[in-house]
Amino acid sequence: MMAFFARFTLTGPSNWIIQRITAIVMAAYLFFIVGFLVTNPALTYDQWSALNGLLSMRIFTLVTIAAVAFHAWIGMRCVLTDYITVRWIGPKANGVRNVLQLGLGFIILFYLVWTIKILWGL
Amino acid sequence: MVDKKRPVNLDFGTIKFPITACVSILHRVSGVVTLFALAILLWLLDQSLASEQSFEAVSNILSYPIAQFLIWGSLVALTYHTVAGIRHLVMDLGIGEESFNSGRISAWVAVVIAVVLIAALTGWVIL
Repeated sequence: MMAFFARFTLTGPSNWIIQRITAIVMAAYLFFIVGFLVTNPALTYDQWSALNGLLSMRIFTLVTIAAVAFHAWIGMRCVLTDYITVRWIGPKANGVRNVLQLGLGFIILFYLVWTIKILWGL
Repeated sequence: MVDKKRPVNLDFGTIKFPITACVSILHRVSGVVTLFALAILLWLLDQSLASEQSFEAVSNILSYPIAQFLIWGSLVALTYHTVAGIRHLVMDLGIGEESFNSGRISAWVAVVIAVVLIAALTGWVIL
């Protein structure tokens, strides 16, 4: 079980750089969306669906959700390894942590599939 | 293995948290909240694009107090996490990481910016 999860665990420096690159992507998307909503206060369905119908915008959204997937995987792993510890919750800590990390994997996979469904109407 | 002889103080009642620690733990909490809040934001995106009717319905969703609270909470977590995250990116550039004092200052700057943005956000959700 541990060996299985270790395969998805990158080294510290690569985690560090992935966390920052994904952060910049997500921040760029957030600033763009907030900027669009603030400059279009009386937004209509036609404007909104035209924006999200652009291939470039669909790719931007999908790349952002993919960034969320990596960012959440690494961030949640930091949090789980800090608090779900043998010292704090006993000998079952490693198993509990891996189950939670696996649950997280399902959530972010669901988000990715859902995003594709929203944007491409599959 | 845990060495039982090592003195460990993890009693949060006796640990004094400096502002940097508070900003850090809130960054973690808001990150976890944002992960789950993303389901709400994706649902809003879904509804806003599904049809003109669902776009109109979702435009008026803030008239429901429960929706107001959930969307407000989601955006507060996202806003705080973004501000505290940008603080980390700024520190990675070598700004404000020279000493504990500069870290304390940047932590307060992040808190003030987050409070201002959350106040604006709260106004937008309520009004």
